[in-house]
Amino acid sequence: MIREKTKLALQKLFPVPEAKEVTTEAAGEEQDKKAVKETRQNGLLERDYAVHGYHLDAQVAPDQLLEAVTLLDEAEFFIESITGVDWIKEKQLEVIYDFSRYDFDLCRVVIRTRVDRTKPVVPTITGIYAGANWHERETHEFFGIKFQGHPHLVPLLLPEDADFHPLLKDFKA
Amino acid sequence: MNSPILLQPDETFILNVGPQHPATHGVLRVKMEMSGEYIVEAETVIGYIHRMHEKMGELKTYPQFLMNLSRMDYLGALGYSHGHVLLIEKASGIEVPERAEYIRAIMVELNRVASHLFWFGAFVMDLGGFSPLMYALQDREHILDMLEGVTGSRLTYCYFRFGGLYNDVDDDFISAARRFIPRMRKSLKKYHALVTGNIIFRKRLEGIAPLSQEMCRKYGASSAVARGSGINFDVRKNEPYSVYPEFDFDVPVFHECDSLARYNVRMEEIEQSLRIIEQGLDKLPDGPIMPEKKPKLIKPPPGDYYQAVETARGSFGIRLVSDGGKTPYRLKLRSPTYSNMHLFDEACRGMMIMDALAFMGSLDLVIPEIDR
Amino acid sequence: MRLTLLNVIVAVVIAIGFAALNAAYLVWAERRGAARIQRRPGPNINGPFGLLQPPLDGIKLMAKQLTIPGGADKVLFIAAPVLAMFPAIMSFVTIPFSETIVAKNMNVGVLMIFAFASMGGMSLVFAGWSSRNKYAMMSSVRAVSQAVAYEIPMLITTITVVMISGSMDLMEIVRQQSGSILHWNIFPLLGNSHNILMPMSFLIFFTCTLAETNRAPFDLGEAESELVAGFHTEYGSMGFGLFFMGEYANIVIGSCMTTILFLGGWNAPLPFLGFIPGVFWFLLKLYLLIATFIWIRWTFPRTTIYGLLNLSWKILIPLSLFNLLFTAGLIKVF
Repeated sequence: MIREKTKLALQKLFPVPEAKEVTTEAAGEEQDKKAVKETRQNGLLERDYAVHGYHLDAQVAPDQLLEAVTLLDEAEFFIESITGVDWIKEKQLEVIYDFSRYDFDLCRVVIRTRVDRTKPVVPTITGIYAGANWHERETHEFFGIKFQGHPHLVPLLLPEDADFHPLLKDFKA
Repeated sequence: MNSPILLQPDETFILNVGPQHPATHGVLRVKMEMSGEYIVEAETVIGYIHRMHEKMGELKTYPQFLMNLSRMDYLGALGYSHGHVLLIEKASGIEVPERAEYIRAIMVELNRVASHLFWFGAFVMDLGGFSPLMYALQDREHILDMLEGVTGSRLTYCYFRFGGLYNDVDDDFISAARRFIPRMRKSLKKYHALVTGNIIFRKRLEGIAPLSQEMCRKYGASSAVARGSGINFDVRKNEPYSVYPEFDFDVPVFHECDSLARYNVRMEEIEQSLRIIEQGLDKLPDGPIMPEKKPKLIKPPPGDYYQAVETARGSFGIRLVSDGGKTPYRLKLRSPTYSNMHLFDEACRGMMIMDALAFMGSLDLVIPEIDR
Repeated sequence: MRLTLLNVIVAVVIAIGFAALNAAYLVWAERRGAARIQRRPGPNINGPFGLLQPPLDGIKLMAKQLTIPGGADKVLFIAAPVLAMFPAIMSFVTIPFSETIVAKNMNVGVLMIFAFASMGGMSLVFAGWSSRNKYAMMSSVRAVSQAVAYEIPMLITTITVVMISGSMDLMEIVRQQSGSILHWNIFPLLGNSHNILMPMSFLIFFTCTLAETNRAPFDLGEAESELVAGFHTEYGSMGFGLFFMGEYANIVIGSCMTTILFLGGWNAPLPFLGFIPGVFWFLLKLYLLIATFIWIRWTFPRTTIYGLLNLSWKILIPLSLFNLLFTAGLIKVF
């Protein structure tokens, strides 16, 4: 099962004791509800697929991102999308990476990382997944998140000279 | 024929294909650095009809956003709505009556056939053959008439509701759909005789624009682009949703990786969709089309939800980040053609312009869906 | 016929009239034919069966302003459409429609027509070059390679026919094909050559005609899905109109030549049908060929530029050369 393998591989990213980090589904739900109110700690969650639509949910620190994505690349995941969420109350921006598989060994993995709202910089993964290029450009223009090392970080969907980030919650048109 | 050629840097020129160009099917621009007929480097410029659906998603309540989905992809709109309603139903725990799910599947498949028919015509037109478009549009017209009778619109449907449907199908629709299936099969035979077997057509597509499986994976390609490269990936099978597990259908996979394989996949998909429609009409259960108990106000509990569906253009993903409010906190639309189109820049290097534009046609682009 | 200045002028005027009328009404025929193939009505509003459509289109085109893009080479830009129409019309002067209907017969008619046909390619080059448009430029580059590639097999095939007939006089070539369908150069079983390869020659010639006149599936010069409109991207008003008419005039010339060289010109297919005037047979064959042109255009997708060049250099030229040698051998033996 690729799900178990990926889980084990991703767990290695978090050096804290396993019992504390990999929560059960029920606990995951609870933590999820809390997550809206308080910042979630980095770690791996196993989600209920029937409710959430994905299996593994790993929140990593920005500097762990490349490592986590490389793991998924080696396990032959394909990249679905990259997007951001503006958690304005916590003064944080979240970048969400979706991965899935082409084979019938169904396993959807979500990698998320949070950065400070005032200094939103994450490393680019275009070196690993070439297809991340546009997704990162889109996230950059919508949220103002800088992808360090991105070869061509200019607005994609917005006009070339756009200097606003419309999906930020404090954006006023 | 397509081997990249070595050039002096001063021998190239820039060719702007688009934003208004017959081959780009909308407002898409490809900045091509050309050496004669050969493409050295291409940069796709999108966003000319960007409408920021994602921001609209944050500002509108859940039901208000229903109509936005069909404005994304105007050719296969129902597939996108399907993803949306499935996601919200999953997130807020709404039960959908079985009849409604069956009708949804039938409608989505009809819409898929209509979309593929339009693509077929437009693709052959990209290659310089005009007539198949007219034949394809005529068949598509039957579908649009049927859908109009039930959903009330021909292109930008707003038919699905959270928990069910806006309108039940009537006997007219069922008999029309039953009549349509054999007619479409006959037309398919005609298309294969007229187009698929044509030597010029085959020569233009065979071996053109090979996409490796590795490349598809790195870009996240789906639909016929992945299936034409030998990847057996169809969300309906890999990640069954709705009532698709009840149907007996195949996922056409071709291993040639070229434009002809992508063409063959879509043509075969029409047949498979017809099979689903046929089975759906046979199995269509009686019952209500809306659940008896449905929350007045849709407020999914806080959390992060994802739903992928197979639309006519590939794997459409929709992510909802809810904070428990009346409007989504964040709604991300992952459009399949966005990823498929992204391939183009890398894949068309060293190709001749006419092959590259044939390749572009084989990607089945709908620009509003890329730009969202 | 006595050759006086008046005679020549009248003949040329009639030739121009015939060419222009054909060009205009072939547009109508093409649109109606395309519509029939595509199961739609086509132009049917103006006049009976839409027959007033071509003159109305002409008036519309003439009433429009002729815009010349900035930076274009004005002389060549204006000369190109004229050059597209003029050789086609001039070629009509020597085409024999029947034993008597010919403006000016010459003993080097074949030569003259091919000389003018070669000029047709020039108009595409001029148009593409002078428009200062990258699409037009690419189109004219394609047009040159295409013209070079297809004139060779076309001329070799024509030489084969000239060798059989022993004359470059178009009337003489037709006269030698008189009798029945089996005397025609396409099936010359009873004719003065017994070359069984002639049907192939006919196909080569017809293919080359398609390519020479820039018709689908060889319309790479104006491949609208790649090059927008090719060499006439920048042309509007009557400049475009002349290109358009020139294309159809060229089709008529190409079909006339095919009829004369291979299909026995004005000769009836069977001897007992000889009471019907020759001009009827000529026009029948001509319009059947043109109908085939239209039919092909609306059925086939476009080839690629390398497919086109490969077809010429790797298939048509070797085949036509072989046929030339074979014919020469037959003439020597019999």
